[in-house]
Amino acid sequence: MSDHHDGHDHDHDPIARRNALRAEALESLLIERGIVDPALIDAVVARFEQDIGPLNGSKLVARAWIDPEFRTRLIADPWAAAEELALATGPERTPIVVLENTAATHNVVVCTLCSCYPSSLLGLPPTWYKSPPYRSRVVREPRAVLREMGLDLPADTEVRVWDSSAEVRYMILPARPAGTDGWSEDRLATLVTRDALIGVARPEVSARG
Amino acid sequence: MGETKPEAVLAWDGPLSPPRRNGELVFDALWESRVFGMTMQLYERGAFAWDEFRDYLIAVIAEWDRTHDVDDPGYRYWDCWLRAFESLIAAKGLCGPAVVEDRVAELAARPAGHDH
Repeated sequence: MSDHHDGHDHDHDPIARRNALRAEALESLLIERGIVDPALIDAVVARFEQDIGPLNGSKLVARAWIDPEFRTRLIADPWAAAEELALATGPERTPIVVLENTAATHNVVVCTLCSCYPSSLLGLPPTWYKSPPYRSRVVREPRAVLREMGLDLPADTEVRVWDSSAEVRYMILPARPAGTDGWSEDRLATLVTRDALIGVARPEVSARG
Repeated sequence: MGETKPEAVLAWDGPLSPPRRNGELVFDALWESRVFGMTMQLYERGAFAWDEFRDYLIAVIAEWDRTHDVDDPGYRYWDCWLRAFESLIAAKGLCGPAVVEDRVAELAARPAGHDH
């Protein structure tokens, strides 16, 4: 699980501590020499983390889009559905509730206390998911937050906010976008972004297809 | 140089391929992602060709294989990446090993509590 990093492992591991020092030494030297721009280091990493999708969640959604019976099983028992697709999810089995987004109801997920997140299905939580503004504001004013994130919902769509915890996590099953008739399962999976699985975006053909 | 496609890193097979969980890159410590970020930034600035870095990484991993049992639990992928990056920037004349050793010693000598 990557939910609760303490970041102090290196205190107890001499090799990890030595490497952390070496990395810090390299970074400080390369910055001093103008070879590396410190402000861009994390941006590069973030781009990689963003571009490499949460494969497991995407595959579950894509299969659910093309197979109504699998969709029923996914909602009934997400972990069994993951096993059915032979996804590598690791040993973690915190209960997951799959929430279906429709034109009538839009679900969005938050962890108001920390950053609980079904990482075995959704990958690493994005930085904003852990940020205090998202955690506090999405509960009070979900429509405004979603609009700021690029998702403008119609007034007649009901918005529900779900608070993750150590006991239960959530995954969004977004609606299959129009214009994807005849698409293969793999191609459909590429539409299912991390943000769509959290409920702050909707899969769109124009964006990634 | 433009942006690196993730496939450049992730197309590698076997032991060269970075650790992934659920398809995504896995960093267990902050320094691992910083070294990865520095490597990609230097590459994108044209400081080296991608295959040059790959060759150093191959050499470091091969050296580990030569000197350890196959199932040695001490193996860490990002340690190998760090060593490959050090060799590469030394070979490119960007930062030599002696300077790095001096800086490491300097940082290690800080009072406790200042290295976080």
